[in-house]
Amino acid sequence: MSGWEYAPAPESAAVANLRDRYRMFVDGEFTDGAGTPLTTLNPATGEPLAEVATAAQSDVDTAVRAARRAFERTWGPMPGAERAKYLFRIARLIQERGRELAVLETLDNGKPIKEARDSDIPTAAAHFFHHAGWADKLGYAGYGPEPRPLGVAAGVIPWNFPLLMLAWKIAPALACGNTVVLKPAETTPLSALVFGELCQEAGLPPGVVNVLPGSGDVGAQLVAHPDVDKVAFTGSTAVGKEIQRTLAGTGKKLTLELGGKAANIVFDDAPLDQAVEGVVGGIFFNQGQVCCAGSRLLVQESIAEELLGKLRSRVELLRVGDPLDKNTDVGAINSAEQLARITDLVAAGEAEGATRWSSSCPLPERGFFFSPTVFGDVQQSMRVAREEIFGPVLSVLTFRTPDEAIAKANNTPYGLSAGVWTEKGSRALWAAQRLRAGVVWANTFNRFDPTAPFGGYRESGFGREGGRAGLEAYLDV
Amino acid sequence: MVEPLDGPRTGALPPDLAEVTRDERSLRRFLHGLPGVDQVGLEQRAAGLATRSIKKDAKAWAIDTAIGMVDLTTLEGADTEGKVRALAAKARRPDAEHPDVPPVAAVCVYPDLAATAVAALAGSGVGVASVATAFPSGRSARRVKLDEVALAVSAGASEVDIVIDRGAFLSGRYGQVFEEVQQVKAACGDAHLKVILETGELATYDNVRRASWLALLAGGDFIKTSTGKVSPAATLPVTTLMLQAVRDWRDRTGEPRGVKPAGGIRTTKDAMRYLVAVREVAGPEWLTPALFRFGASSLLGDLLMQRRTQRTGHYAAAHHVAVDA
Repeated sequence: MSGWEYAPAPESAAVANLRDRYRMFVDGEFTDGAGTPLTTLNPATGEPLAEVATAAQSDVDTAVRAARRAFERTWGPMPGAERAKYLFRIARLIQERGRELAVLETLDNGKPIKEARDSDIPTAAAHFFHHAGWADKLGYAGYGPEPRPLGVAAGVIPWNFPLLMLAWKIAPALACGNTVVLKPAETTPLSALVFGELCQEAGLPPGVVNVLPGSGDVGAQLVAHPDVDKVAFTGSTAVGKEIQRTLAGTGKKLTLELGGKAANIVFDDAPLDQAVEGVVGGIFFNQGQVCCAGSRLLVQESIAEELLGKLRSRVELLRVGDPLDKNTDVGAINSAEQLARITDLVAAGEAEGATRWSSSCPLPERGFFFSPTVFGDVQQSMRVAREEIFGPVLSVLTFRTPDEAIAKANNTPYGLSAGVWTEKGSRALWAAQRLRAGVVWANTFNRFDPTAPFGGYRESGFGREGGRAGLEAYLDV
Repeated sequence: MVEPLDGPRTGALPPDLAEVTRDERSLRRFLHGLPGVDQVGLEQRAAGLATRSIKKDAKAWAIDTAIGMVDLTTLEGADTEGKVRALAAKARRPDAEHPDVPPVAAVCVYPDLAATAVAALAGSGVGVASVATAFPSGRSARRVKLDEVALAVSAGASEVDIVIDRGAFLSGRYGQVFEEVQQVKAACGDAHLKVILETGELATYDNVRRASWLALLAGGDFIKTSTGKVSPAATLPVTTLMLQAVRDWRDRTGEPRGVKPAGGIRTTKDAMRYLVAVREVAGPEWLTPALFRFGASSLLGDLLMQRRTQRTGHYAAAHHVAVDA
C-alpha cells in the first residue's frame, strides 16, 4: 500500500470579508477616485474578485496635499514617542486581523496560504513593531542628535508581497516622521486598502497615510509630483530607470529595489539535504516571484549529479494547486501577463539548448499556474542565465573551483542577493566578501528580519530597507 | 508476519561499499566523508513537514496505517508472562468493539519473554520482536550479547532489536561497532535486525547520519532511533535524517531498509507528522510496516480513540479502549 493523498484542507475564503467594491484611502477617508475603476482577479481561478477605484491626476494632487498638511500640522511636529504608539497599534492590528489579511492576500496574489499566513503577515507586523521602537530613538541611530524627516514620501510597490512591501515603505517613513502616499500594484491593491481601515482603527491622523490604487501612470504621476520629497520604489529595473531619469536633478531622495538574478552556490562540502531544501525554497517560494529568488544554482561539478538527482526528487514532491489549501506548496502565478512572460523565457531556454525538466505534478485546469521547472546544461550566455524570469524556473550551472563560482555568480547585471552552501565557515566568509550582492545567505536562503538591511548593487538598485541603515532613506542626513 | 521487504535483499554489499568496510581507516574516511547536516536547515525542514493538514479520508487511512506499524512494547524489569499475554491479546485485536481495526505489526519484549509472546501470538500474523545485546545500555561482553541474540532467535522471535555500543561509537571505534552489528546480523538468521542508535546519546546530527550508515553497512534491516530509556528519544528531525539515510541507501544499492522512531510518540497528531515525513522524505513506498514502525506503548491508545472519533464524531472517554497492558 503506498497511496496516501492528503485531503484538501482549504482555508475559508469568507475569512477575507471580500467586498464587491474597494475605494481609495485619502486624508483619512475612503473616497471614489476619478480614474477608471479596475477589476482585480483571483489568479487561481482567473475570475474577478472586486472592483477597485483608481486615482486620476487630481486625486494624486489631493493625496499629496493631504500628506503635506498632515506632515506640517500633526505628524511632523509630533514627538517620536507619540508616533511610536500609533505604529505599535498598527502592528497589533495587523496581528489581530492576520488571518483575514492572509486570506485576502492569497486571494488577490495567488500565493499559498501557508506563506501568506506564516511569512508575509507576521513579517509585515514585525516591521511595524521594529520601526515603532526606532520612532523615539532616532537621535541614537547614528545620523546626528536630531535627524529631521524629509516630508512627503511616495511609495510605489510591486505585486509579489503586497502587504509586506507596504510595511517596508510605510513603517520606516512614519517612524521617521514622514507622511506617505502609497501606490499599490495594479493587480494586488486589496490588502493596502484594508490597511487604510487599520489606520482609521488606530486613530492615525488624517493624511498621514494615503493609498492610491491604479496602474503605472498613477505611480508615474505620484513620483513626478513636485511636492513629494522622497520616492521609494520596489519593482522592475526598467521602471526603476525611468523613475531615476524623472527624478534626476530634482533633489528628491530616491531608493530603488529592483530585479535580481541571484546565485545560489553549492560547494562540494555542503550539507546536501539542507542545500536541496534551500535551493527549493530559494526559487519556488512565492512561485519564484521574488526579486531576491535564488534563480541561478551554481553547483560544484563533483557533486552536480548527486545534487540534481536529489533536487528533482524533491521538486517532484511539491504540491502545486489551490493557494487556499493549507497543503499547497506552490500557488498561482500572479497574472496572465506574468505567466506569458515566464512561458516565453522558458521557450527561449529550450531553444537555446538548455535541458528542461518540469515536475509532473498536475496543474489546476483554471487559473494561472506553471510547473516547477529546472533547466540543466545552462551556459552563462543563455537568456535563462541572464534575465530575471520571476517565476518557478531554476537555471543550473556548474563550476569547478571557488574562484570560478564567484566569477560566474558576479557575472550578472544584478546584485541583490546570493546564497553560499558549505560546511566550512572560512569558505562561507571568503565567498561572502567577494559576492557583489546586498545580502549573502550562508546555509540558508530567503530569511528576512526587520533588523537586517536589504537592498541591492548595480541594476538591483540602491538604498537599504530595514535595520538602522534603512532609516537613512527617510531622514534628512 | 508483516509483508516481506519489497526489494531484493542479497546480503552482499556492492563493491564500492564493500571496499569502505575493509578496515577501520576506510570506514572512518567514508563516514566522515558523508555530507554534513546543517542543524537549522534540518529542523526547519522537519517543522515544515509537521504543517501538512491531514483530515477525513487521509486521516482515516493514516490512523489504520499507523496502527499496523506499531510495535507494541513492554520493556520493564517488572514484566511478567501475564503482562506479555495481555499485550499479545491487544496486539491481535486492538479494539475489541471494532474488529475491523488491523492488528499491530509486532509485540516487543525482553528475550526471556520472547517464547511467551511467540506462543501467545501463534497464527496471528503479528511478529515478535525481542530486544537483545544488553539492552538498553549495550554494555557487556560481545559473547554475552551474541548469546542473548541466540536466545531470542531460538525462542522464535521474528525480529531482533539491538543497541549499538555508543561508547565505542563516540570514541571513534567504528570498526568495533560495525563488526558487532555484522556478527549479530549473522546470529539473527532469518529474523529481521533492528539497530537502535540511541540518537539522544549521539548528540549531533552528523553522528546520527554516520551511525545510520554504519548500521546499514553492517546489515541492519531497520535503523531505530532510541531505546525509550534515554531522553530525548525519537524526534521528527532525527527521524527525517534517518529517512534520508535509507533513501540514499536505496538510491545507492537498490535495497530498501526500514526506519523505526521509538519513544516519545504519544499522539495521533504526532504519528501523522511522522507518516508525512515518511511519505515526503523517503517516499510513499515506505508507508508499510515492512519499512516503517512506531516503537510506542501509549500511541496505540490515542490512535484507537481517534479512530473512534472519526467514526462517531466525538472523542470517547478513555475507559472505552482497553488500557495498554
